[in-house]
Amino acid sequence: MQALYAQLLVGLINGSFYALLSLGLAVIFGMLNIINFAHGALYMMGAFCAYFLLNLAGINYWWALIIAPIIVGIFGMVLERTLLQWLTGLDHLYGLLLTFGIALIVQGVFQNYFGSSGLPYAIPDELRGGMNLGFMFLPVYRGWVVIFSLVVCLATWFLIEKTRLGAYLRAATENPTLVRAFGINVPRMITLTYGLGVGLAALAGVLSAPINQVRPLMGADLIIVVFAVVVIGGMGSIMGSIITGFALGVIEGLTKYFYPEASNTVVFVLMVLVLLVKPTGLTGRAA
Amino acid sequence: MPEVKIAEAPTAKAAAGGEVLNVHNLEAWYGESHILHGVDFSVNAGEVVTLLGRNGAGKTTTLKSIMGIIGKRTGSIRFGGSEIIRTSSDRIARKGVAFCPEERGIFASLDVRENLLLPPSVRPGGLSLDQIFDLFPNLKERLKSQGTKLSGGEQQMLAIARILRTGATFLMLDEPTEGLAPVIIQQIGQTIARLKKQGFTILLVEQNFRFAATVADRYYIVEHGKIIDGFSNSELQANMDKLHTYLGV
Repeated sequence: MQALYAQLLVGLINGSFYALLSLGLAVIFGMLNIINFAHGALYMMGAFCAYFLLNLAGINYWWALIIAPIIVGIFGMVLERTLLQWLTGLDHLYGLLLTFGIALIVQGVFQNYFGSSGLPYAIPDELRGGMNLGFMFLPVYRGWVVIFSLVVCLATWFLIEKTRLGAYLRAATENPTLVRAFGINVPRMITLTYGLGVGLAALAGVLSAPINQVRPLMGADLIIVVFAVVVIGGMGSIMGSIITGFALGVIEGLTKYFYPEASNTVVFVLMVLVLLVKPTGLTGRAA
Repeated sequence: MPEVKIAEAPTAKAAAGGEVLNVHNLEAWYGESHILHGVDFSVNAGEVVTLLGRNGAGKTTTLKSIMGIIGKRTGSIRFGGSEIIRTSSDRIARKGVAFCPEERGIFASLDVRENLLLPPSVRPGGLSLDQIFDLFPNLKERLKSQGTKLSGGEQQMLAIARILRTGATFLMLDEPTEGLAPVIIQQIGQTIARLKKQGFTILLVEQNFRFAATVADRYYIVEHGKIIDGFSNSELQANMDKLHTYLGV
């Protein structure tokens, strides 16, 4: 039974990363109509940023949680201003190809300097150790990742669905020309939205650094599953991405317990089934 | 309908009677299609000026060109004395120009309150929510409804109401009566008349000249992307035959 709970916890942790990453993808797709294949590379950059901050500047994990998403978010905004903005109005395929190319370049550069093996990043002292819950042993850091991710996801959902800024974003998703004619600087809002989505990816990278080692290909391993999560949840749906992210992490964890052979494919099987029944995803909007 | 005290329009007041908008030799394109071929007209402060013309004549394109939402345009558009032909639409809006599109532009993902509060205030003097609800009581009862669930008339009221909140003093209304019941058209006419009385300057695009005649001070006729004629409201009766020919009615 303890093994089942342990797999559930692993599933929840993976689900946290899936949710954070797919949330960023959903925000970017909703606003920019770009399928951001560079998301995995930007997640990896978040982890590396935390590593550099600690080892080169002595800046600890807690500050890295704030600083790394800002730095990588700014890098994302530069990408948007210099490259992605030229794709406005073009087919999704162009954005996908461009961001895939960016991902390959970024990963290639990091691999060139750091190889493929992982670099260690220690769990902060405050989050070391674990708690005996009676039915299972809960490592504190893993519990923190799940709760913190959930809080960040819900805060992002609140920002987009319940605030004036979110209303601008949602309106601009529908009719950017009219929103701009109301006096809102839509191009700047698009840049900031891309920065927000990228910042969420980088935040997931920082959270991941102490669990998974910091590796140039850590994002490439994850991004395919995350895209499956986004497709199942529905492209552009904020709450859909959050719920599907956590749910698929748990389903993956349960599959590891009940039928380990299928654990790597269960997400993709679900994706095929969902696409057959509801091509726009569980909560997605039609094109 | 109760009389609503609307804050005075500052720019219109400051330049009462003076020229607010001057469009000269305006040309505009949709992609490769050349739509406007040298439009010339002007609007004075506090006036209601109507662009009349058949479908496809270039009336809406003229409004969109003034608002800066047509990709390619040349010529001159001077608003409040400054050239805005190369100004982005968000900056034009912040100069006090508000646009209510023909399709109304109600956002499906926002409820009525969010739609109403969406355009930011560009200058002081905009209507408060209470003043808006006095003008359009229906909106108050539908605040939680999804914007696109409103009736056509209510959507039009919402589209006009939200630009009145911004404090803009120059309003461009694109066919506000299209597809609406006569009683709603009458209500919109009363609203425009009241806004005019309060000093707002309004550029109206209409095909329904019977409606336009109840509110407009001057008319311009648009045909094939050009202004081909213009007259004041007092000259309307004398020009009725010509108008029928222009509009094909």
